[in-house]
Amino acid sequence: MDIIYTIWLRNMKRYIRSKSRIIGSISMPLFFLLFLGFGLNSVVQLPGIGGNYIVFLIPGMVAMSVLFTSVFSGIQIIWDKQFGFLKETLVAPVSRLEIMLGQTLGGATTAVLQGFMILVLSLFIGLHVSNPGGFLLALGFMVLIGISFTAFGIAIASRMEDMTGFQLIMNFVVFPLFGLSGALFPISSLPAWIGPITLFDPLTYGVEGIRYGLTGVSQINPLVCGAVIGGFTVVMTILGAFLFRKIKL
Amino acid sequence: MTVALHIENLTRRFNDLVAVDNISFDIEHGEIFGLLGPNGAGKTTTLSMLSTMLKPTSGSATVNGIDIEHDEDGVRKSIGIVFQDQSLDEELTAWENMDFHGRLYRIPADIRKQRITELLRLVELEDRKNDIVKTFSGGMRRRLEIARGLLHHPSVLFLDEPTLGLDPQTRNHLWQYIATLAREKGITIILTTHYMEEADQLCNRVAIIDHGKIIALDTPQNLKDGIGGDVVTIRSPDPAAIVAALAEPWITRVEQHNDEVIVSLQNAEQHISTIVTLLNTKQVPIQSIGIHKPTLEDVFLSFTGKTIREEEANHKTKMRMFQRMVRH
Repeated sequence: MDIIYTIWLRNMKRYIRSKSRIIGSISMPLFFLLFLGFGLNSVVQLPGIGGNYIVFLIPGMVAMSVLFTSVFSGIQIIWDKQFGFLKETLVAPVSRLEIMLGQTLGGATTAVLQGFMILVLSLFIGLHVSNPGGFLLALGFMVLIGISFTAFGIAIASRMEDMTGFQLIMNFVVFPLFGLSGALFPISSLPAWIGPITLFDPLTYGVEGIRYGLTGVSQINPLVCGAVIGGFTVVMTILGAFLFRKIKL
Repeated sequence: MTVALHIENLTRRFNDLVAVDNISFDIEHGEIFGLLGPNGAGKTTTLSMLSTMLKPTSGSATVNGIDIEHDEDGVRKSIGIVFQDQSLDEELTAWENMDFHGRLYRIPADIRKQRITELLRLVELEDRKNDIVKTFSGGMRRRLEIARGLLHHPSVLFLDEPTLGLDPQTRNHLWQYIATLAREKGITIILTTHYMEEADQLCNRVAIIDHGKIIALDTPQNLKDGIGGDVVTIRSPDPAAIVAALAEPWITRVEQHNDEVIVSLQNAEQHISTIVTLLNTKQVPIQSIGIHKPTLEDVFLSFTGKTIREEEANHKTKMRMFQRMVRH
């Protein structure tokens, strides 16, 4: 535990010091929320989910914030590799599993904090939290998204030589995951041939889970959401730990 | 004297390239031991194996009696390493870098705090302890890394090219630190270097390594004595004629090297005029002539027939080809 805490602590220190990163990664989901939310609020009719597009969009933007921050946090170990710091950690008499778990929890914490900031800001643009239990449930889903996608980032970083592939991963993996997750629109409104694809996107269940927690309405049963994203978290953590064990310097 | 490191037939291959070729030697406790050789000779690979970062292809080694293959954690606890490339977290302060290391090695909080203070004082970074490492100069970073490597009280410290890229003043300063450390703390230090003076001034014993093989191993003094006295370098348009002309019994060795002839002999100052007269009577032209006391550079040259710089140029092309191979 103490080793996991040590790695986590380092992540927190770096996070708190990188003010520009904090603000930078808040700004994108926040702008999405403001421009899309207010811009489309009067145009978009949501069948069966009340009329308010902003309230629909908030859980999606919270999930987006957690997703991008966590993948980025995971992939960051490439920098540790390049700047040599990873060697210092790997040559210590500690297991790689502990290092990987510390890194995952560190990344997940920063991601959840980022998502939480969006959540708090959302309170000013229309989000009403009437049910504290639902709020905690949403937080739980954020934690699962954070852990699974940081582990996903670590898994990718363990096989990557440098940051040149980063843009590729962002454009061809992370962005489609986000786009297909139902963060921006209800998955039921998609054409019949795309609809089923969204069900293969683990983030869909994360977004729907958060949405259920915050608004009380979701298109997928929250229990199913919990089971799928929970299972995905376990699989990603195992995969990340496995690939990190084989990392070469 | 007890043995701190025991290395037996250690070998490491990367595909077809034999990076470390069947090396064997012992390092005694409290010794400063130098691995001297050009870049790409196999020094870092050797160090990586001894520090359990890389598995040997064959052969074995023990550090403090602990086998490097069978008990990795045991070895890791008893060694400290300063890598060739920087391995600090630049976003953290000096203190935080030390603290992170201390926690990784599970040093209890009170002892950790006390040792960090003590070590930062030793490397004269006490007043900068709360500054972010990004603001540190190359020399300061190196000192911090050495302090960090000592935090868990290792009995063996590996220094991989500890003064690479530092200015001469800082280099001298670091040498003093290293010497003091070995003397006062009784730590066994194994350092790799391709700086001849570094090995000469700092090390009790030096192993010269080239193409993965140990080609000589002794104290710097013995190695230099092995040359056979002083070194006279004669430059001439006809070096072969000089070699032929200097077949005298008081000359230990004559070697041609490009347009230079390197002559080893005792008491060169007394014989220099005889050499010049000899060459003049045989009408061999001389461009320039120089005398110096033997250095490890001469030792390297006498064993490999090449200067260390020529070897490095060689290795660079080879390594580039090798890297290309690995990447594809």
